Amino acid sequence: MSGSTTRNFKANAARELANDTLRAALTKSKGHFTDGRTTAAENLPEFEALRDQSRDIKNHTIENLDFYLEAYEEKVRESGGHVHWARTAEDARQIVLGICRSVDAKAVNKGKSMISEECEINEMLEANGIRAVETDLGEYIIQLRGEKPSHIIAPAVHLTKGQVEESFRANHTHLDPDRVLEEPPTLLDEARTILRKKYFEAEVGMTGANLLIAETGSSIIVTNEGNGDLSQLIPKVHIVLASVEKIVPTLEDASTILRVLARSATGQEFSSYTTLSTGPKREGDPDGPEQYHVILLDNGRTDMIGTEFQEMLRCIRCGACMNHCPVYQSVGGHAYGWVYPGPMGSVLSPGLLGVDEAGHLPNASTFCGRCEEVCPVRIPLPKMMRNWREQEFEKHLSPGTARVGLGLWAFMAKRPKLYQLATGLQMRLLARIGHAKGRLSSLPLAKGWTKYRELPAPEGRTFQSRWKSGERPL
Amino acid sequence: MSESNRETVLGSLRRALGRDGPVDEDTAAKLRARMVGHARNTVPARTDLDAAGLVELFETMAQKVHATVAHVSSMDDVPGAVGEYLRGENLPSEIVMAPDATLDAAPWSENALLDIRRGAPVESDQVSVTSVPAAVAETGTLAMYSGPDHPATLNFIPETHVVVLPAGRVVKSYEDIWDSIRAQAADPDSGRDGQLPRTVNFVTGPSRSGDIEQTLLLGAHGPRRLHIVIVDGE
Amino acid sequence: MSEAPRVALFVTCLVDLFRPSVGFAAVKLMQDAGCTVEVPEAQTCCGQPAYNSGDRKDTIAIAKQVIAAFEGYDHVVAPSGSCAGMIMKHYPELLADDPDWETRATDLAGRTHELISFLTDVLKVENVAAAFDGTVTYHDSCSGLRELGIHDQPRQLLDGVDGLHLRELEDANVCCGFGGTFCVKYPDISNRMVSNKTEQIVATGAETLLAGDMGCLMNMAGKLQREGANVRVRHVAEVLAGMTDTPAIGEPSDGSAN
Repeated sequence: MSGSTTRNFKANAARELANDTLRAALTKSKGHFTDGRTTAAENLPEFEALRDQSRDIKNHTIENLDFYLEAYEEKVRESGGHVHWARTAEDARQIVLGICRSVDAKAVNKGKSMISEECEINEMLEANGIRAVETDLGEYIIQLRGEKPSHIIAPAVHLTKGQVEESFRANHTHLDPDRVLEEPPTLLDEARTILRKKYFEAEVGMTGANLLIAETGSSIIVTNEGNGDLSQLIPKVHIVLASVEKIVPTLEDASTILRVLARSATGQEFSSYTTLSTGPKREGDPDGPEQYHVILLDNGRTDMIGTEFQEMLRCIRCGACMNHCPVYQSVGGHAYGWVYPGPMGSVLSPGLLGVDEAGHLPNASTFCGRCEEVCPVRIPLPKMMRNWREQEFEKHLSPGTARVGLGLWAFMAKRPKLYQLATGLQMRLLARIGHAKGRLSSLPLAKGWTKYRELPAPEGRTFQSRWKSGERPL
Repeated sequence: MSESNRETVLGSLRRALGRDGPVDEDTAAKLRARMVGHARNTVPARTDLDAAGLVELFETMAQKVHATVAHVSSMDDVPGAVGEYLRGENLPSEIVMAPDATLDAAPWSENALLDIRRGAPVESDQVSVTSVPAAVAETGTLAMYSGPDHPATLNFIPETHVVVLPAGRVVKSYEDIWDSIRAQAADPDSGRDGQLPRTVNFVTGPSRSGDIEQTLLLGAHGPRRLHIVIVDGE
Repeated sequence: MSEAPRVALFVTCLVDLFRPSVGFAAVKLMQDAGCTVEVPEAQTCCGQPAYNSGDRKDTIAIAKQVIAAFEGYDHVVAPSGSCAGMIMKHYPELLADDPDWETRATDLAGRTHELISFLTDVLKVENVAAAFDGTVTYHDSCSGLRELGIHDQPRQLLDGVDGLHLRELEDANVCCGFGGTFCVKYPDISNRMVSNKTEQIVATGAETLLAGDMGCLMNMAGKLQREGANVRVRHVAEVLAGMTDTPAIGEPSDGSAN
């Protein structure tokens, strides 16, 4: 049901690596987010302190999550809103469907929401004859293409403008074939025109939430386009679908997290639109939804609490980890096979899908540490990827051949004399084979290496044997 | 279903947190105190400025995110400045305007060229004019509160949004906004009836998107142009 | 200065097996700076292959062996940010549940250093007596850079090498795609990463690539050579020690490239 192809990560990655258009798109975006973040961080002397505080706020909230959820729920009710609890994605789908049916909805306008992707809300709506309209430009483009987002804040980062034009021409059949549509501004105009009409047609607007505020019962969305606001302001029903860990105690806490969010995500000091919503429209309000619903989704998150993965729940979904990840930047988001790509996905997906399904992800990392370096809430992502590897190793999920090789190596590594004897012989042999060229172009047991690169030959005798025989630097 | 889900989620949370039930009364009291204490975390020092400095910082930050700024010396000059901006940008002179008291103070009728309607916008409206109760110098952010005098759709539907900002309303940080809306909620004369505004819109520059090849485009769904008229004398 | 500091060289498995020259260069650099250098016999590897494969039990066994072998020295120095980082940052974590071993691990962690930062930060070496005629570029290996904060130290020492000109590498702080077992478990992805890296290395126009970790160096050298690029690859210690008569990594003994 999850629609995950995470199990096939290796094959997915091979497919994406062979995709030259993807490579062109990723090359174009390269540096855009990373340079932006660097500049934004440099322009705010308090940035590191704010990261520490954001981490501490999230830790504090998670430690008392039941309290804050109940406090939040009470405030939402006081303000005239409804709170629904969803243990699973299926619960969330049923709740959404129930609300849509209660107002006889024909169309639902959507602000960008990864939780909605996680719960496969669009698929459920379509299956029930309700039109789901993604209004974020990136989401709209991929919806036209029948694709999934490849990035949590830039869903269409894997596409080139040529591909966007192609999709618009295929779907917007009114377009004059002679109309020039190849530049981003004209593409945006076309999307704006089409979506503008749709804002006024839907009965239900659905958004995620970047933050939920316990003290006020408010939800906050952060966008640049304004689509989230139009989606939640115009229809008569607003549904907020948010996971339980989005909560923070106060508006002051939210402010701190907002200060690191956009800077980490896009390098903006603040996004164009940060909107705080509390309950449905009030008496005398000329606009706003008549009904305000919040669905609090668990879907496996509470199971991470009290484990070595608890810190993952601090994640504020800024995408900095994937923007800085050399693996993500090589294979793109679709290779990961599910909603959450990049380092945060490599830790979260095994937690939500199970390590049997998503076991590749925490392995597909060089532990280069860039993700942790930029994470605004200082999640130790490499450490947690290693924790998943430990679980896999203990469950004997890692490949047999690798285990045998590792076991043999560990046996030797624990016995220095034997190790030195054996490696000494091996290296002399390798040195002899590689002597003429100084390197080896193929080696049966190192195909993963020699498929793509030469293996430098050892110099000859090992350092330890030369040292033991008295050799010293001149 | 929902009720049992609620108990299941809270129950599994509590077990994971090593508790049998809700937090004990002492802890609950501390957590409640934390929530109503509204303690500020670090607020960037860049806003340690006097009133004039804050307006200047606001303006710099707003321009950095592609808003345009004009200054007038009093509310009397606002209609002229709005008309001039619209003509300069070759925009229509029909405007939809928030029915708020700040704007009431300007002599709109003296500017015969403007065709004004007060209230919420419709799809075809091209230009909106609103005032704002506050603006944040830290990031050049306008704060707008929804209500009968400020339909929130004015901030999003028209392609051009002209904002009238009395200079004295520029504050340092988001935290100042929270304090101010809490004070308003508590003030019996405010008409807020103990409540925060339903919607607080922080607007920082015009609508933008980078979704096509990370190229910055203005006017994705919200306004393409955000023009701020700062009223220096107010 | 008081008595010469007694330093144990943690050779690292890749230097031991593939590039003993780096070990001798390390010894020379430390001796020149006034250290007495010893090489404890009971050393094999820091345990990262097991650690990064999720095999905690073997990692702990190896860590204990390293801790025991390196007790009693003033300093323990490795010509690798990755192995030094393993000892300095991960051993204490691994043994956190065992108070006796945790103390010993923390003690070792406090005495352990990566070679180049040891020279600059501990021994306060400001200049090395070396010459190298040519343009080099430098790759910052991930563990050294991000776990240990090594960035300026090698540049500072390279700056004092006669005849050497450093041309900075774009994205020098981005991983080369080695990642230990990663490069053989996910060869296709690793290949893309190292190809990006070699493209940028070639773009600098430098004749020589330097870095401080053998794993990364072998990865980048192997790729440059497969691509036929005319760039020599050496461990930074070799240049700083003035020991560049040996063939560069992966080059035949006659010295001719390709």
